[in-house]
Amino acid sequence: AALKDGLRSQVSAALKEGRVTPTELCQRCLALIKSTKFLNAYITVAEETALKQAEESEERYKRGQPLGILDGIPIAVKDNFNTAGIETTCASNMLKGYISPYNATVVQKLLDQGAVLLGKTNLDEFAMGSGSTDGVFGPVRNPWSYSKQYKEKSVPKSHSEDEESNWVITGGSSGGSAAAVSSFTCFAALGSDTGGSTRNPAAHCGVVGLKPTYGLISRHGLIPLVNSMDVPGILTRCVDDAAVLLGSLAGHDPKDSTTIQDDFKPFELPNLTDVSKLSIGIPKEYHAPGLSSEILALWSKAADLFKNAGAKVVEVSLPHTRYSIVCYHVLCTAEVASNMARFDGLEYGHRSDKKESTESMYAATRREGFNDVVRGRILSGNYFLLKQNYEKYFVKAQKVRRLIVNDFVKVFRSGVDILLTPTTLSDAAPYTEFIQEDNRTRSAQDDILTQAANMAGLPAINVPTALSERGLPVGLQFIGRSFEEKQLLTVAKWFEKQIQFPMIQLEEVKRHDNGVFQHQKSASFS
Amino acid sequence: QKVSVEVLDHLEHLALVDFRDLEGVERLQKAIQFADQLHEVNTDGVEPMDSVLEDRWCLYLRADDVTEGNCTKDLLENAREKVEEYFVAPPGNIPLLKLEERDTFLQGS
Repeated sequence: AALKDGLRSQVSAALKEGRVTPTELCQRCLALIKSTKFLNAYITVAEETALKQAEESEERYKRGQPLGILDGIPIAVKDNFNTAGIETTCASNMLKGYISPYNATVVQKLLDQGAVLLGKTNLDEFAMGSGSTDGVFGPVRNPWSYSKQYKEKSVPKSHSEDEESNWVITGGSSGGSAAAVSSFTCFAALGSDTGGSTRNPAAHCGVVGLKPTYGLISRHGLIPLVNSMDVPGILTRCVDDAAVLLGSLAGHDPKDSTTIQDDFKPFELPNLTDVSKLSIGIPKEYHAPGLSSEILALWSKAADLFKNAGAKVVEVSLPHTRYSIVCYHVLCTAEVASNMARFDGLEYGHRSDKKESTESMYAATRREGFNDVVRGRILSGNYFLLKQNYEKYFVKAQKVRRLIVNDFVKVFRSGVDILLTPTTLSDAAPYTEFIQEDNRTRSAQDDILTQAANMAGLPAINVPTALSERGLPVGLQFIGRSFEEKQLLTVAKWFEKQIQFPMIQLEEVKRHDNGVFQHQKSASFS
Repeated sequence: QKVSVEVLDHLEHLALVDFRDLEGVERLQKAIQFADQLHEVNTDGVEPMDSVLEDRWCLYLRADDVTEGNCTKDLLENAREKVEEYFVAPPGNIPLLKLEERDTFLQGS
């Protein structure tokens, strides 16, 4: 028992020993949220309920009966998860003012274990996008824009230019969650991942982003985008913490019939020392056009790291990789067209004043409620689903999907345990540059390395690897076999330990720094 | 090939969402162009895939037991227009106005 505690030191132990109380933790996080408001990471801060939850947690610690490792831990949730009594907007006019009548299963699970829900984080509208720039509450700013590391490297183009125009994006669509974790305002956050929406911002914000196997974690209460690919995502500051979150969230949910029925056993990650039995696959097609030379070099270095430690590192081929994004585009828009049909103004959400007919009311409601990106995807999706196009596009894409899945099956069957790839093509772009291209183009470019894992339902994780020349985080991605999260996370943890990714140096956090934040800064709560 | 105005009009009817402007129409054109790349792939003899979990048959029928309900109040809470326990809708069975009569960007295309 003592050895177990030794491994899982820091915040959890501090809470148990009374060195810090849940209320203190909660208050510090709330204060930091206020002072980092310029990041625009949060849409709703649930101050009152969070403090109440913290107080209840404190009572339990006083009685020596904490619910578990997550008791009293402040967390944030992406605003496309239903949270009872708290506004859930999906960053859209369509759901402004919508107060969820229930908790998503994953939210309920966190609350049942005593986690403190600080608030709902910002995203691209309805999780459509790769920058967290296209929501009605404005874009999210990457905390690293304000880091010492980035400021040291940036050369102002003119003396009148200040950091206001220089800030970089978080990536998306779970940008708010990634920014929240990265800026220490919470210990972990929930995101969602349909094409890379958890891993992409994780890479840009220097945090761990885990996309679990499809079917492992319940989607009940997660406002759906693509039912056959969506998964709740986990964002934390270290791999161990991701394993803790996974342990508390995974498992069959009778309310989500796409969750597998097998029993899930939460696990602690072993400290892997011997990688000689490991076979790492390097898919050559992931050397995609546009991949920055920096990231290519890091990817290579990482492969060497494994090789020098005794692992078998082999080049593999996933021949249909370049069609993956096209396939995704068709399937995604088709499912979106279907999923967005529920927004008609009758039962919830925005409702137009038009009264002539249901159709005209629905049309006006949707006209007023959805932004260009959402409307564009709905229309494209409907096009691909037209009778004359159904076989040509939708069914064709479903066939190509099978080919993509088979590519992975073949590679894993050949003895490869884990695939190692870059997560993004480059480090985070400045906002002013990012918005030069439209959402669809950006998504097509940025999702290229992440979305095949969603196609195949495989677990994948971004591990922050190094800082780019501009002083911004770059991450690498590990993709594992279906339902083999333990192996995936074990390898990711080993890698994380080898590279020692630097901590962000933020002025705001220094100001609030005291004993409590020492725990936060030591990166993990587990 | 460009998408005809008839199809664009049809899409606006089906989706109950409007193209808004030329950019919206061009967005669709580009999306179709992008999707056309799929035809480069040979899929002879390949079955379409509905779900990655097809080998693990998750879908099951549960017992016909009433386990929850009585949440009328919660469900009506978020509706803007309601009367007693009904959601109020404008009259139905009235099709959306034709292209010539409707306020849409496509008019006069």
